[in-house]
Amino acid sequence: MESAADGTGQSRPSTGRPSWGLPFGRAHGRSALSPSSRLFPAPRRTQEDTQRTAFLLRKQWALYSVTPMYRFSEAHLRDYSRLLSAFFAAEKKKGLAVEIGGELDIKVSVTSLPDLKGSDRDQAAILVQLSSRSSASPKNSEEKVVWSGWFCCVAGDELSENLPEAFTCLPLFLVNGADSYTAIVGTWFQKTFDCCFRRLSLSPFNLSWMAAMWTGCKVDKPAPATELVFSVPHLPHPLHISYAINLEDAQALWDTIQKTPGEITQKEVDVFMDCLYSHFYRHFKIHLSATKLVKVSTAVATAHCDGIIKFRQSQYLTGVLMLLTELAICQIQ
Amino acid sequence: MAVLRPFNKLPELNSAVLLLVGSEGDFPQKLAETILQEKRDFTVNIHIATSLPLPSERDHLRPRIDMIVFMIDIKNKHSLKNVEDSLAHVDARFFLGKVCFLVTGVGRVNCCSVDMNAVWKLGENYCSPVLFCELELEGTRVSTAQRLLRMLQICAGYVPGVSALYFNTLMTSFS
Repeated sequence: MESAADGTGQSRPSTGRPSWGLPFGRAHGRSALSPSSRLFPAPRRTQEDTQRTAFLLRKQWALYSVTPMYRFSEAHLRDYSRLLSAFFAAEKKKGLAVEIGGELDIKVSVTSLPDLKGSDRDQAAILVQLSSRSSASPKNSEEKVVWSGWFCCVAGDELSENLPEAFTCLPLFLVNGADSYTAIVGTWFQKTFDCCFRRLSLSPFNLSWMAAMWTGCKVDKPAPATELVFSVPHLPHPLHISYAINLEDAQALWDTIQKTPGEITQKEVDVFMDCLYSHFYRHFKIHLSATKLVKVSTAVATAHCDGIIKFRQSQYLTGVLMLLTELAICQIQ
Repeated sequence: MAVLRPFNKLPELNSAVLLLVGSEGDFPQKLAETILQEKRDFTVNIHIATSLPLPSERDHLRPRIDMIVFMIDIKNKHSLKNVEDSLAHVDARFFLGKVCFLVTGVGRVNCCSVDMNAVWKLGENYCSPVLFCELELEGTRVSTAQRLLRMLQICAGYVPGVSALYFNTLMTSFS
């Protein structure tokens, strides 16, 4: 994995040197940049669905985009776990994936997560888990999951329709665990399936979409306030502004703005954010629109501009993943 | 409110005046310095404003403005709003080739705060070219400066046979 392996952070332009290119050329088509409207995430109510995906909630996931995988087959998942375990053992002998505090026996499992799909045309999500058992007492100690990552594709028709036969489209990869493991798993996948991993960071523009979109989602339980964190540029010391809005207030505002149910447009997102900004300006005389939105925290999910996400509601899991899949596809195209 | 007009004053001999409108940090200043370092055979005056309208009390001292560059930083949503508000104080005849939009910070797409469709639309609505650049990089800053200088030369009428309107039509039909 680029950024994890060489550590130069080349794949993260937000921290490194600015790169020069023509990202806004018309050849890309303007609609590919940002659609003017998106579908609202619909909640899922099935009890089974929510239980089977509950372990994905309340964890921080780092986001990566993955180009289509060549000759990946769901029928061979068991072989893949065997091969990946062997790869781990080999890497360990070279002295790479060693954790401080003794020898660890790493077991790899590659399984399918059939619940995480937008439509039947989507590929089922693939879960990779590393579990360890301390070698000192192999019998009585329980296996502990030390790292997990999953590939998924929710409503990624745009990409998968145009793919040649032997390719599998799973553009979004989410990771929870140590970077050293991520690097090894990433290397194996990149070598075996000829794909490429890249960190997926979220631009302030996309974060504002998330803020508006997720505020409009109805949640059952009493939920925490919607919080937006801004960072002020051009200052000698980093300054962060946190702006929290009561969920009821944010939703009341959103309800006055939204026109067509089930759909959300760019214009509505702009109006929603501008309302919040002008309210803040009225009180503190600070133009939040001149700062950088770095974090959005809502009852549905929390997203950070570095490409970190935390899911809070299992009923909106696929809805959130749909947007992230779209952004991942946008990055690899 | 004072509206900025292109033809209400007489031009000065062998000189051209550029107005940079932008509110983001020291970038207008830096770009102006880079333009002034370029080799040229006419005098260049650069005026920098954070927004329009320009103050009316010193209006009689201000020379005729040949070209206006509106700077939009993609990391700063406020800069787009600022430009949109400033455009109301520009006379319609300026849009016959004497205005251009300069979108800066495109090297950091991950920090993008503005809707790019809105920027394209702005260029279309005002019939003016949209240029993209990254002012943090020396190389692109210099090439942007050269580009603007050449456009300024045309807008001031120092290129025989090419008028600002002709050049604008050429630019907007190919971009």
